[in-house]
Amino acid sequence: MFVSLITGAIPLAAVFLFGCVGEIITEKSGHLNLGIPGIMCSGTAGGCLGAYLCVSTFGNHVSWLVLVLISVALAFLFAAVVGGIYGFLTVSLRCNQNITGLALTTFGVGFTQFFIDNFVDRDYLYRASRIINRGLSFAGDLGWFGEIFLSYGILVYVAIAIAVVTSIFLKKTKTGLRLRSIGENPATADAAGINVTAYKYSAILIGSGIAGLGGFYYIMGYLGGSWENASTIEALGWLSVALVIFTLWRPNLSILGSFIFAVLYILAFKITGISFSQMSLLKILPYVVTIIVLIFTSIFGSKNVQPPAALGLNYFREDR
Amino acid sequence: MEEVKTVREPLFHMVKRGNITLLKRLGIYAGAIVAGILLTSILCVVASSDKSNPLEMFSSMFSGVFGTERRFWTFLRDTALLLGISLALLPAFKMKFWNLGANGQVLMGCLVTIACMRNLGGKIPDAGIIAIMTVASVLAGAAWAVIPAIFKAFFKTNETLFTLMMNYVAQGLVVYMITVWAPSGSGSLSPEVYGRLPNIGNGYLLTIIVSAILTVFMFFYLSRSKHGYELSVVGESENTARYVGINVKKVVIRTLILSGAMCGLMGLLIGGSINYTVSSEIVNNMGFTGIMASWLAKFNPLVLIGTCGLITFISKGMGQVRQDFGFYNDAIGNVVLGIIYFFIIGCEFFITYKLIFRKKNKTDFTAIENSTQKGKGGNE
Repeated sequence: MFVSLITGAIPLAAVFLFGCVGEIITEKSGHLNLGIPGIMCSGTAGGCLGAYLCVSTFGNHVSWLVLVLISVALAFLFAAVVGGIYGFLTVSLRCNQNITGLALTTFGVGFTQFFIDNFVDRDYLYRASRIINRGLSFAGDLGWFGEIFLSYGILVYVAIAIAVVTSIFLKKTKTGLRLRSIGENPATADAAGINVTAYKYSAILIGSGIAGLGGFYYIMGYLGGSWENASTIEALGWLSVALVIFTLWRPNLSILGSFIFAVLYILAFKITGISFSQMSLLKILPYVVTIIVLIFTSIFGSKNVQPPAALGLNYFREDR
Repeated sequence: MEEVKTVREPLFHMVKRGNITLLKRLGIYAGAIVAGILLTSILCVVASSDKSNPLEMFSSMFSGVFGTERRFWTFLRDTALLLGISLALLPAFKMKFWNLGANGQVLMGCLVTIACMRNLGGKIPDAGIIAIMTVASVLAGAAWAVIPAIFKAFFKTNETLFTLMMNYVAQGLVVYMITVWAPSGSGSLSPEVYGRLPNIGNGYLLTIIVSAILTVFMFFYLSRSKHGYELSVVGESENTARYVGINVKKVVIRTLILSGAMCGLMGLLIGGSINYTVSSEIVNNMGFTGIMASWLAKFNPLVLIGTCGLITFISKGMGQVRQDFGFYNDAIGNVVLGIIYFFIIGCEFFITYKLIFRKKNKTDFTAIENSTQKGKGGNE
């Protein structure tokens, strides 16, 4: 059971990880994006479209590389475009970030449901999922080690790689330092000659694109190609946003954090011998734990683990 | 001669408006709404295989809302429900407390109402049940809101995510209670018979009356009472509030008790007067819609009637459009609402700022300065 808990949790952890890292990048630029659930949904729409187009055009023997590249590119693109709406409204038009984010979530959830129902033939998604999730061929020969570490589709490893790269980018590179300085104090960054608008847009677009992969992988990796409805992805999106606080705005910590969240999330399905009503109580667990984590970080949080100082505030150069 | 370097002036630049006339402001809003509806109507025609004329969307929407007497009453009742929930959110938002938990607070009120109806039904007279369930639902809603408020007041816990998570906890509790009450696994409860709230006139009027009373109450509470003044000071600046001797913690907790209690009351109406049952989706996301409505109304209870009416009109109308245009499901309603939200949110920019365009063939800086000053005078 232990191995099945881990192998079940890791694909879901990747979903959280994509969403969380995407939101961290956005928040580092000083933009609290509550539209992440809607953006994750839109990524799903794009990715599923790509997978459907590939499998229906090239048939069942579509090359793995082509399928992954096209569907991932479309997932990223759709999510970035929807994130771009948020960017335009909050960066260029200086609209309230929370309200814009919530509107984006309404839009994204509806759009995705509508899009997949009308433009994607879901029968193809199962086949695409089987191809995308192809693990390493020798993973099965390595016993539990292979099963726990090597049996997943490429996107799990992509998620971890993105988290690690983002962590290094934010801490060690000049560009990362500039991005962080914008999140802390955009006026100072502006005075230092940094193009604040360009950085904000890039952070929002790239962050949204990464988050979009999370929604796509939820359908392809965790559900194995079955489409439920967009509101499940919305719930996962909110958990990803909460995960940002849980992991103290650090992408490397979020690898661990998303795994813990994923275990909590699937615990209800994996524990055997409980009644249906006990199972429904267990499903509340990730949300209760999130609340407890929020309380703990606010009580015991030190000065180093505060959010970016300018988070949620729009920057207008002429304001004083 | 040395070549003179000219500074290229950008095509336009932004200037903050000092003030704006009400008429202009309304004009900008109306323009945004019309633009949003036009865009979405074109979108609907493109997406639909049955219809080809964008104007048909409007006739569809109107018939969906005003077509029959019943539809119109439903529209009024749903507007009233949304209004009640949005009103509950107003004081919290005015205080800059992001209460995203109205869904959960309403749902808890509804759940407790149904629990009272189930467990007391037939044992004590209906009047007793109604009294108990009214008190209980108000308390449940208040409790669901006050927990995040206490942590926000004392530890500055992030209320946005806290209240959001409380929604899912409430939903989980509802699913759990349904499995307890209906162990057959059907997942739904049959309507309760005992303890229904009395109908006034018809089945719709009670909700409308309650919301009307709440609107009047909230208008005076926010604009004429000491509480309302205190919470607006806390919203503007916590430090100022502290300096003038307002107990910020007390104000936060008190306001959220009120907010949650009103949500609980709406839950009572949903459970005890409209549906007589509870499900995890029964609130129909009105907690989120209410956030949009109250923000668009700029915290004014009277304007709120208009924004709630508009949002309900669009979502009810889109239900009809969905049928007439042959859409597979009601997701299109969310798309349309989302796009119209974007337009209304975006037009805020043109109320706060104005764009000043580059004058042709003039690189003279005094001219630019003059034009800026002229702009401040009010003409564009």
